[in-house]
Amino acid sequence: MLKIKNLHASVEGNEILKGIDLDIKPGEIHAIMGPNGSGKSSLASVLAGKEEYEVTEGSIEFEGKDLLDMDPEIRAREGIFLAFQYPVEIPGVSNIGFLKTAINDIREHRQLPPLTAKEFLQRTKERQKLVDFNSKLVNRSLNEGFSGGEKKRNEIFQLAMLEPKLAILDETDSGLDIDALRIVADGVNKIQSENNAFLIITHYQRLLEYIVPDIVHVLAGGKIVKSGTKELALELEEKGYDWLKEDALNKTV
Amino acid sequence: MLAQVDTDFQEQITNTFEDLSNGVFSSEPESLQNWRKEAFSAFMDLGFPTIKNEDWKYTNVKPYLKSNFTIIPNLQEIQNGIPAKTENFFGKELSAYTVYVVNGKINFEKSNVPDTNSVRIQEISESYATDGFLSRLKCKRDYSINPFLALNNALFTQGIYIEVEKNFQLDKPIHLVHLSDLDQEYFQLAKNVVIARQGSHFELIESVENTGHNNFFRNASTEILVEPNATFNHYKLQKGSENIRMVEHTEVEQQADSQYNNYTFTFPGYQFVRNNLNLALTGSNIESHMYGLYLTGGKQLVDNHTLVDHQQPHCESNQLYKGIMMDKSRAVFNGKVYVHPIAQITNAFQQNNNILFSDNASVYSKPQLEIFADDVKCSHGSTIGQLDPEALFYLRARGISESEGRSLLVNAFAFDVAEKIENPEIRELLENEISKTMTGVEY
Ligand SMILES: Nc1ncnc2c1ncn2[C@@H]1O[C@H](COP(=O)(O)OP(=O)(O)O)[C@@H](O)[C@H]1O
Ligand SMILES: [Mg+2]
Repeated sequence: MLKIKNLHASVEGNEILKGIDLDIKPGEIHAIMGPNGSGKSSLASVLAGKEEYEVTEGSIEFEGKDLLDMDPEIRAREGIFLAFQYPVEIPGVSNIGFLKTAINDIREHRQLPPLTAKEFLQRTKERQKLVDFNSKLVNRSLNEGFSGGEKKRNEIFQLAMLEPKLAILDETDSGLDIDALRIVADGVNKIQSENNAFLIITHYQRLLEYIVPDIVHVLAGGKIVKSGTKELALELEEKGYDWLKEDALNKTV
Repeated sequence: MLAQVDTDFQEQITNTFEDLSNGVFSSEPESLQNWRKEAFSAFMDLGFPTIKNEDWKYTNVKPYLKSNFTIIPNLQEIQNGIPAKTENFFGKELSAYTVYVVNGKINFEKSNVPDTNSVRIQEISESYATDGFLSRLKCKRDYSINPFLALNNALFTQGIYIEVEKNFQLDKPIHLVHLSDLDQEYFQLAKNVVIARQGSHFELIESVENTGHNNFFRNASTEILVEPNATFNHYKLQKGSENIRMVEHTEVEQQADSQYNNYTFTFPGYQFVRNNLNLALTGSNIESHMYGLYLTGGKQLVDNHTLVDHQQPHCESNQLYKGIMMDKSRAVFNGKVYVHPIAQITNAFQQNNNILFSDNASVYSKPQLEIFADDVKCSHGSTIGQLDPEALFYLRARGISESEGRSLLVNAFAFDVAEKIENPEIRELLENEISKTMTGVEY
């Protein structure tokens, strides 16, 4: 589904991603862990099409198409979804109104008819329940005055509404208490299927107890320095990242 | 000398004043005649404002006065009873007591005046004997920063007087529709006086349109008194023909426990608009709200100057002005808040946010706070920016196109002011107009 090859990307002239290879197949859940500043969010931003990032080398294919050639909205319509680490507040733009526009833009791109008002309402109710998202928040301005946890939950609600093929979750677990974490994880597990894939960026292995990854990657210094099974997450939790950093450093020398 | 305009127009101003002084003015009360003389000599000293005048620094009126303008004091003779076109003006669909002021004169035949003795709507020239009218009209104003007002006071022959009786609540707004349809390049001098008597409650909408094919300059001034406990909502809907240039000077005196809300919405159209809105809070427990939205396009110049003068304690004023500048348009916001030493426990807020929607557009924003009391809650903020790129990216990352995203964000920015409008019909009209104006606009 997603093939990243030797991806190098820089922002304001600083190289942040220094040669990433990643292959995600339908039905898989990948986790990316790594210390602060290692480039996890940068990778997510490059995938979503943030213009500040300049890809200097390498390629990204999404379902056989060149992803780097697409504007952010086209990527979204093709099926990429990013749950932001820091969702922005947009006063005056209604949560539900903007979702309706987004869904129908995506459907149009896929040559599907727009959802009827009834279908849309039905889907809203259903997905809201799925991630236990407060119906009062659905009708408010986008993230305006939401708590940290509410913002994160809204990201997952949007994920459930938009039904992407590849969902990237950037530290969705931070700012969530244990109950909220469980609800979000349950939601993701219900959405997960043979046809979609998840890339879960996290700092802690806590979330991975609930959403069990097929593969865990460690990102350090803009590179994937190690990949392994879910046990790797536990190892990281115990030992921290320092041993890996040195490992990576040694490799490049 | 009046360096700003050509000698023909200077002569015309002088001659008009002389003619009127020997004509209709000579039958006016003597105090009024003296007041006019004073205004005339002030104007002759000042001339039209230049950019050397601090209050007109960013607004050069010279190009807007360059036309073969004619001051036509005795319009009745010219009008010849031909009814003006009334098909087109912004706000026509609003349900209101619509009062057509055609070339400065009320057309009672077409108008729908409230059928009650509690509301007076009449020509100014018939109002001199009315209690309290003259003293309101003749309130002392600072001509040095308002030369247009000096000229207006010296020469106006037309205008409307509106008075709403004590404790009367009008069920629908009064909609003053200032229309002109003359073939000449018409320089209009209009005066309005509005008195909201104690405890009264009403709304006034004003629209201006020119259906004539030539340049039209409107120099208008309005004196408003809001008596104790009265509530007055005042809407200025500024959208119309591109040959309109105007200076709208509004003076409001608010007395104790009163509320005055001003909503000034300017859309692409009029070539030049200068709004002066001056509030004097002369009692306690007053509330004042001033909401402005200027959505400018083409080569438009829109200038809002406000002043809130807190003269007494326990009052609250709130200004929210937002601007979106497109194309080659320019906007100016200058908001002054003055808090006198005795005006303790004052709340005065001012916010001016601007978005430049084009590289060729510009805006000057200047808050001026002069606070001489210590127990005051005052805040002001002024921003000039582009749309938030993070917000735009967020929308695009959900599948919304860049242009659609921009339009969503810009609507959200402007709706923030529109949602303050109490009258639902006016709110809807303006929200639709915002959407219409901003949809499909390319950055
Ligand atoms: N817009 C930016 N401009 C400059 N540097 C940036 C920008 N965004 C991220 N960085 C830098 O890139 C590095 C990786 O950041 P990020 O991808 O956010 O890491 P992570 O998500 O792993 O904590 C950091 O050193 C950060 O300072
Ligand atoms: Mg991050």
